[in-house]
Amino acid sequence: MRRVVITGIGTVNALAPDAPGTFRALRDGRCGIAPLGFRDADRLTIRIGAEVRDWHAADRFAAGDLPLYDRVTQYALVAGAEAVAMAGLPGDLGSRGGVILGTAAGGIQTWEDSYRAVFADGRNRVSPLVVPRLMHNAPASHLSIRHGLTGPVLAVASACASANHAMGLALQQIRAGAAEVMLTGGAEAMLCFGGVKAWEGLRVLAPDACRPFSLGRKGMVIGDGAGVLVFEAEDHARARGARVLAEVAGFGMTADAGDIVTPSAEGAARAMQVALADAGMAPDEVGYINAHGTGTLANDRAEAAAIRAVFGGTVPPVSSTKAMHGHAIGATGALEAIACVLALTEGVLPPTIGFLEPDPDCALDVVPMVARQARVAAALSNAFAFGGLNAVLAFRRG
Amino acid sequence: MERARIEAAVIEILAQQLLLQPEEIAPEAVIDDLGLDSLGKVEAIFALEERFDISIPFNANQPDQPDFDFSSVPRIVMGVERLIAQRAA
Repeated sequence: MRRVVITGIGTVNALAPDAPGTFRALRDGRCGIAPLGFRDADRLTIRIGAEVRDWHAADRFAAGDLPLYDRVTQYALVAGAEAVAMAGLPGDLGSRGGVILGTAAGGIQTWEDSYRAVFADGRNRVSPLVVPRLMHNAPASHLSIRHGLTGPVLAVASACASANHAMGLALQQIRAGAAEVMLTGGAEAMLCFGGVKAWEGLRVLAPDACRPFSLGRKGMVIGDGAGVLVFEAEDHARARGARVLAEVAGFGMTADAGDIVTPSAEGAARAMQVALADAGMAPDEVGYINAHGTGTLANDRAEAAAIRAVFGGTVPPVSSTKAMHGHAIGATGALEAIACVLALTEGVLPPTIGFLEPDPDCALDVVPMVARQARVAAALSNAFAFGGLNAVLAFRRG
Repeated sequence: MERARIEAAVIEILAQQLLLQPEEIAPEAVIDDLGLDSLGKVEAIFALEERFDISIPFNANQPDQPDFDFSSVPRIVMGVERLIAQRAA
């Protein structure tokens, strides 16, 4: 089977508008969560989030293109440009290249603005570009257009597991010989009034901070952003002398087929086991797990039980970086894959910040508060979505 | 608003979520004994908010429910009473 490697990464998120800045923030344990600044945020009960700060779209895109780009597409394009530049991809990939991106809410800001115009403001028409702006595949399609990739291109929507599913499918495309290079990951821009209002109703958002696996945790904090990774057939990357950051060694996906929102430890454990088997990886090879770790009572408890079930007596360090970059829903797996690249390339385990004290129900080494230096041979990245959908990626040092 | 009317509304809303008749829910009933799941709980809270025009500070991640005690029918009634009084004040 063809080996698949990562040759480029790019991101925009609450911590930084690029990968080097994100690496620094993850290493420093910096928090990107702050009071929400968008229109009507004062009408919300939950008023914090991990927003992308100081985003001036007009400085980043041509005026003629902007009407087509919801923020979710803007983030994907900026992250994608960084990843492609880092990988030094040739410009003539054509049908040998593709894009699979995850997003949960797509162009939700465009829905909101258009509904506001016709329902609240009494207008009779909306921009003719509303449909191509809000469609879930807009970020993937614009990346394919920008980089001339004419192979497999699609969007994946599986809520909080979207990016992990996208990356898993991208891995499979290259293994199957359908492409040599795939841009993959996820993008999300759900931090708008309607997005947070919808989440509020479920009563799972924390009003103050995200504290994964900690006693006293009060729930999740939503984040925005995008992460794009260049997945490439190893022989293709070596032949052109590309720098290999890490190997994408395996992927596992399972469904709970149980409750629509309550997670199942059994389904999560099976996804980790499938990913390990797909990677030909023994559990004791894994030196770091980037947890789904949302900071809700239910997720963290189930995930801790699942990890213990899979790893038995030798559980590796586990951290949730969501306390820093927020839960970026359909993009979060991509941000967390980038955190795994940090662990594999620089031997830095990013910490779980916001941690108060251990919860006996989540007995794990969560790398509390401060990053740790450790040589990591392999890492897992977990994503467990509403809908009972579990997607786990296994990475190895390149 | 008198307590009896609030109690009747709480029981009616819980009954709707549990697919029961209101008379099957005792005025002293404990919520966990009724078998209300997490989504049923947030739907019941939403219905109470809509019915009484109040905002209930309930977070599913805090089992001790420091801001709104949802553990039994009498506790919910007391909480709703308090929030109605706060709204009026």
